[in-house]
Amino acid sequence: MSDFVSEFWNIYVTLIVVGSILFCVILLIVQGKATFTPGKTMGHVWDGDLEEYNNPMPKWWSWLFVITVVFAFAYLALYPGLGTFKGVLGWTSAGQHKAEVEKVDAAVKPLFDKYMQMDVKAVAADKTAMEMGKRLYMTYCVQCHGADARGAKGFPNLTDGDWLYGGEPEKIVESIAAGRMGVMPPHAQLGADTIKDLAAFVRSLSGLPADSVRVAKGKEAFASAGCVGCHSPAGTGMQALGAPNLTDKVWLYGSSEATIIETITSGRQNKMPAWKEFLGDAKVHLLAAYVYSLSQGAK
Amino acid sequence: MIKHEQIEKSVGLLIVLTILTVIWGGLLEIVPLFFQKSTTTPVEGLKPYDAVRLAGRDIYVREGCFLCHSQMIRPFRAETERYGHYSVAGEFVYDHPFQWGSKRTGPDLHRVGGRYSDEWQRAHLMNPRDVVPESNMPAFAFLANVKAKDSVGADIEKKMEVLRGYANVRGIPTYSDEEIKGARAAIGDKTEMDVLIAYLQGLGTALKTTK
Repeated sequence: MSDFVSEFWNIYVTLIVVGSILFCVILLIVQGKATFTPGKTMGHVWDGDLEEYNNPMPKWWSWLFVITVVFAFAYLALYPGLGTFKGVLGWTSAGQHKAEVEKVDAAVKPLFDKYMQMDVKAVAADKTAMEMGKRLYMTYCVQCHGADARGAKGFPNLTDGDWLYGGEPEKIVESIAAGRMGVMPPHAQLGADTIKDLAAFVRSLSGLPADSVRVAKGKEAFASAGCVGCHSPAGTGMQALGAPNLTDKVWLYGSSEATIIETITSGRQNKMPAWKEFLGDAKVHLLAAYVYSLSQGAK
Repeated sequence: MIKHEQIEKSVGLLIVLTILTVIWGGLLEIVPLFFQKSTTTPVEGLKPYDAVRLAGRDIYVREGCFLCHSQMIRPFRAETERYGHYSVAGEFVYDHPFQWGSKRTGPDLHRVGGRYSDEWQRAHLMNPRDVVPESNMPAFAFLANVKAKDSVGADIEKKMEVLRGYANVRGIPTYSDEEIKGARAAIGDKTEMDVLIAYLQGLGTALKTTK
């Protein structure tokens, strides 16, 4: 039952605590009985003119000590402190945390319950819900997707209406709740020259300038090297796999030839963590609605 | 009885009495902690740092991460909502020394494990502003240039043996001979950044917050 390994420590702590307080009481009594010689110096002189009197302590000062002693006993009666004695109030820091959480949860639960029953699009149109969503976003999502939700290199922009795994409400819920694992396998085995051809072709897909000879060769390699398996024959990607559409102007890692070569050669992998366990369904639902609302301006 | 004049005039006596006063506080506040189950028993699921994470931990200490990042989530709702379950003593039994820190210029890191992808951690260490534009954390790109086996991993077996000694004294689970023998191989060619990320990704994962 007790957290101590043996009963000895209970007695040990209790004795030291009570002993220390009693020591203070005794000190106070003994000092109160000391003889004082008010107005007369002790006869010591330091630094030429620094003298010492022998006056009694001011009364308010002595009373502060008395109050401290009384406070100590009152505190130890109410709160844990005397060995394994839990205190009359039964207070624990974990209990205080639990009460705090329950109080807030009780206040916000009706709101979350209400939104949980609404569909994601309807929640996205609710002003209060979106303010709550923004706060959740600012706590849990900004580190990767940015305070402006425009993402960073390797971390998707949520405002552009372009989706790796689908922008339908249920897909967004899925992405947040279960997370995503994006893997582009490395293709160094294709050789530097073919990879350069592929990079040129990929750039041409989204209308970026590229060497036309290399584009033609890259187009063949795109089909033969297996790129189509994920990015589809037309290069438009596949949301079931999270394979990006290569024909639009959205780039997760960058559109420069060097970056594309790096992507093809070494591959890419990144992960969206799963949040269901940490946040719970209600918050995931609200966040999905917020993320959904972010992309609505883009269309 | 000793008069205070005697104490004031004898430096030796003053020192002895001062030390006794400080010891008195320690006897009460520190000593019983060694005999409390909640501070000496690992929480369920907690394992000693494996070789890679142990090396990463040494980077964490060497670079002074603790100066700006705490590893101590207090039992307040505002903290547990953001970081996850509050920290408990039994999670730190393998920390020598613990990395609780005392100042949060950056966020608490006790439950950062699994919070971000490895790629995020890498991008963030290379240059924090690439992913968090508002960040004032220094870049640690240089960690990617040094192999862990040449620095913190050089004497990894010795470190694990010392930690095993501590654990044995306390009677808690610890490294096997195979784990210590395989330590160098486990670290392999990983860079200091790799091992640091491994350390970060394991932080605080023994206790989970579930809703």
